[in-house]
Amino acid sequence: MLPFFVIIPLGTAFLISLFGKKIRNFADCLANLGTLILLILSFNSVQLAHAHKVLVYKVGSWLPPIGICMVLDGLTSFMLVTVNLVSLLITVYSISYMEKYTDKYRFYTLFMLMLAGMNGIIITGDLFNLFVFLEISSIASYALVAFGTEAEELEASFKYAVMGSVASSFVLLAIALLYSYTSTLNMADISFVISQKGSGMIVSFVAVLFLAGFGLKAALVPFHAWLPDAHPSAPAPISAMLSGVLIKVLGVYALLRIFFNIIGINNITLSVFMFLGAVSMLVGVFLAIGQWDFKRLLAYHSISQIGYVILGLGLGTPLGILGGLFHLFNHSIFKSLLFLNSGAVDYSLGTRDLQKMGGLRDKMPVTANTNLIASMSIAGIPPFNGFWSKLLIILACIQANHFGYAFCAIIASILTLASFMKVQKYAFLGKLSEKRQDLEEVPLAMRLSMIILAVICVIGGILLIPIFKPFLQNAVNVLLLGTGYKDAVFGAIK
Amino acid sequence: MSVYILCLALFSIGLYCVLRKRNIIKIIIGLGIIEYAVNLFFVLIGYRMHARAPILAKDQAITNMVDPIPQALVLTSIVIGLAVTALIVAIAIRIYDKYGTFDITKIRRLRG
Repeated sequence: MLPFFVIIPLGTAFLISLFGKKIRNFADCLANLGTLILLILSFNSVQLAHAHKVLVYKVGSWLPPIGICMVLDGLTSFMLVTVNLVSLLITVYSISYMEKYTDKYRFYTLFMLMLAGMNGIIITGDLFNLFVFLEISSIASYALVAFGTEAEELEASFKYAVMGSVASSFVLLAIALLYSYTSTLNMADISFVISQKGSGMIVSFVAVLFLAGFGLKAALVPFHAWLPDAHPSAPAPISAMLSGVLIKVLGVYALLRIFFNIIGINNITLSVFMFLGAVSMLVGVFLAIGQWDFKRLLAYHSISQIGYVILGLGLGTPLGILGGLFHLFNHSIFKSLLFLNSGAVDYSLGTRDLQKMGGLRDKMPVTANTNLIASMSIAGIPPFNGFWSKLLIILACIQANHFGYAFCAIIASILTLASFMKVQKYAFLGKLSEKRQDLEEVPLAMRLSMIILAVICVIGGILLIPIFKPFLQNAVNVLLLGTGYKDAVFGAIK
Repeated sequence: MSVYILCLALFSIGLYCVLRKRNIIKIIIGLGIIEYAVNLFFVLIGYRMHARAPILAKDQAITNMVDPIPQALVLTSIVIGLAVTALIVAIAIRIYDKYGTFDITKIRRLRG
């Protein structure tokens, strides 16, 4: 079952690029069908991961470490559900939204390639394979950022592509050095060799290269400059995809897998994670609060929220990791919803400038209400999902005696609330200007996916109750296992 | 040892080119240089002096052979690099259409 997570999106991308132009609505149907099947498969994978702990698929039945393998464990299934859930709702949204662009089928082709890359990164058990999938999804995302081919979009895409390519080179250099030290590329085997030979200077150097490479993809603060340009420039569904899942899969997931499971975590790495997280959190939110472009404001909040995720994970305690992963899931839901809202406003009004909006609540009730829910989620107001994960992260900080970081997290949360009150005030409350009286609510497909995301925001907290807990707990266990990952994988091969 | 240092020098030249040059085309060339430096380094890791390709044939005892895996990986990496370069050059052409210049200090419509 495991290879289907890559085969389905790649196959649909191929078919859409072949027949999309000739048959009407073919691209819409096939893309939605593909993401639906992927979502069902990923729910199935949660059960499999719960029952078997670790499953290994040997590609071409070559035994690892010679052949490539795909590994399914708790963390993998957690990330698969997050990615495929968001991507299904985004393809539903794109049916109507992408009508205003020409060449809709090309959009779906690139989208599916990006999805194939992301699923591949999550599921692979081979370091070089991870690099290849990283590049597939990166190249697709460079092209998608430039999809509108306006001046700003091209400029943003160029900036993103240059920084992304340099980051990829760092990752490849790190892989080359690691290969020269361990003479293997299988993740579990690398971990085994490092534990045998001991980690010298070269492993520390490799760790720094990986941190720079994947940190740039995750837009942690010293490496964040591309994100506020690239994310707002893309079409709204792609902004949602980039901010919602791409930075998490390419950045956070890859960092976690490599640092926790392969190289092995130590106190220095953890404190670097915590520091980067806290800095991203504060810098992101301070930059966000002064923005007047709706999507740019949301993009800066992505940096800030990724800071929360990294802070939680960097604590290294079970509660901190649980909070970090839960916040990762929640952020992908409410940030996609916020970007879809901004897309809906853009679709009806044709502007992203907050000062030119106002009074949209009466004419666009669905957009306004879902936006209210998402804003309260991201600001951490109970009982929405963002509250629970932020609470967990702050509690974990206090439990680990990091009062300074807990204080930073609370400050960032208050400033987040302030900046979303600004969005509510300028965009949805107030008076509608005279010339906009004939404004209409967006089409059904767009409303549907926004409502589903809003419902998940409201009930997201139930993932913490015992029935649904294994979904998160299995992912946390994989990270707590640390370098025990190699024994689990080798156990599953035999 | 000296080849590795030369490889590092090549990498640094590429990085300098990306960071300091103002012309878009020169930045793209810089990216290419970085990529070649990394590829070269990867091949050097598996290389041995006076060694031969690891092809197993009858009546041949192979004592000294190069590691084939880095070569296979570098082939993949070259193809990826080609895709990235093609995409960035295409974007650069479109940027020239819109802005009428290749100078990045004049292509600054995004701020904040």
